[in-house]
Amino acid sequence: MSEARAIELRGLEKSFGRNAVLRGVDLSIEPGETFTILGGSGTGKSVCLKHMIGLLRPDAGEVVVDGREIGGLSEAALTAVRMEVSMVFQSAALFDSLTVYENVAYPLREHRGWPEAQVAARVSECLAAVGLVDTEQLMPDELSGGMRKRVGVARGIALEPRTILYDEPTTGLDPANQRRIGELIRSLQRRLGVTSVIVTHELELCFAISDRVGLIKNGRIVAVGSAQEMRHSDHPDVRAFLAGEHDVREAGAEAPGRE
Amino acid sequence: MGELSAGGVAGGGTRLVSAGQAARWRIERLGDRTLDLLDRSGRFCLLAVGLFRSARRRRFPWRETLRQFEAIGTFSLPIVLITAVFTGMVLALQTGIALERFGAKLYVGSVVGLALARELGPVLTALMVGGRVGAGITAEIGAMQVTEQVDAIRALGADPVQKLVLPRVVAATLALPLLTIFADVLGALGGLAIATSQFNISANFYLDTVYWAVTIPDVLSGIAKTFVFGWIISMVGCFIALETTGGTVGVGRATTTAVVVASIAVLVADFFLTKAMLVL
Repeated sequence: MSEARAIELRGLEKSFGRNAVLRGVDLSIEPGETFTILGGSGTGKSVCLKHMIGLLRPDAGEVVVDGREIGGLSEAALTAVRMEVSMVFQSAALFDSLTVYENVAYPLREHRGWPEAQVAARVSECLAAVGLVDTEQLMPDELSGGMRKRVGVARGIALEPRTILYDEPTTGLDPANQRRIGELIRSLQRRLGVTSVIVTHELELCFAISDRVGLIKNGRIVAVGSAQEMRHSDHPDVRAFLAGEHDVREAGAEAPGRE
Repeated sequence: MGELSAGGVAGGGTRLVSAGQAARWRIERLGDRTLDLLDRSGRFCLLAVGLFRSARRRRFPWRETLRQFEAIGTFSLPIVLITAVFTGMVLALQTGIALERFGAKLYVGSVVGLALARELGPVLTALMVGGRVGAGITAEIGAMQVTEQVDAIRALGADPVQKLVLPRVVAATLALPLLTIFADVLGALGGLAIATSQFNISANFYLDTVYWAVTIPDVLSGIAKTFVFGWIISMVGCFIALETTGGTVGVGRATTTAVVVASIAVLVADFFLTKAMLVL
């Protein structure tokens, strides 16, 4: 049964020094779905995500990707996993000494051994998929925040992964770019049939694109359900999170009104 | 004892603790530090092993190594030049004055040549390059670490040790000996300038005294050490950079630490290498 799942976490525990961040996370993500891990800052949602691609090693518990336990794999063995699962980092993490073109070509040159013409074709395909053309020769510091994120996504889809992990994809972007990234995630999921796992604290993004949502609190997943179920959930933690978030947004929305 | 410490904490502000408790805390802290040091040493060794493995893997990063060789070697030429010339000059000046007291000032060249070849050329080059290159490596890789670029390399299925550490360590280990040869020669020429202008020694005679005194083993023993210095500087820089945490402040802290640790490690290694070579 578990073989059918894209990603499964079982009793995942992780501490940094004396700070226990994850205290037994159980989660399963089905192939092809868009799953959002929702939670406040410092609740360990990014830590959770980094386990799914082997960037962090669990202290206890299992991380199963496509039916394979990856928690104990060596870096070399993880390479195979990382060709199937890609990650879009919070800060985009573009290599700032390389051009946009070279950033997107990086995984292709690393793994595919293609002739340069084929690499170039794939790079422009990926950049077109995220709506960026004529940016190939720019350096990352010449791009806006939203463009950087999109280049990060283009780099993430270059190897045609089965699963894409997004770490806070819209944090720090203006509303127009937030919406754009949300649409991009959704359209990639539809067109490429990928499984998407998103970590965020932004409710709007979460409910706009998710099939299912899991709320993380104190290092555990406390509630899981479809976006609809979660929106109308009676679970006290879910209610508190939704309410808290709305309060913050309303307070923020008032400020410009007063001017 | 329990009452006393509990009362102190509950009282807020100052903490009153018994001598026994304080001693225990001190021992605990010492234990923590020792464990941390062992932990770090272990991770440093793992990096060294990882480096060795990545060097044997397919596709050695030649282009990046060449680029680093330029950054570390070629671009260090100006500071090495200035350091070497002035060291040679001051060395000639000081030894000339000292040797004059017992009528041996004609042999300035021998002293300058020997000191440079055996010790000052290698060590000063290592310290200057260590400051420049160590800081550069740590700042660059440290910044990549705190902006998740190192994680991104791993997430894309590549090896940060092979991509970042290997080219720098190979380049530094090979560049430092060459820079040292350059420094030895320039230092001797700096000495020549002082010997001819201050002590009226003919250039030919100065060069002869250098040539008589400095043997091939003298030069080689100096050069041999610099392979180790180059390795130390680049490894320490990379290791500390990869452990960077705490954003831009962390990068600054890591850079300072790397330069200090690399300089001290070079001086300590120099003593033991010199001692070992005298025994051999």
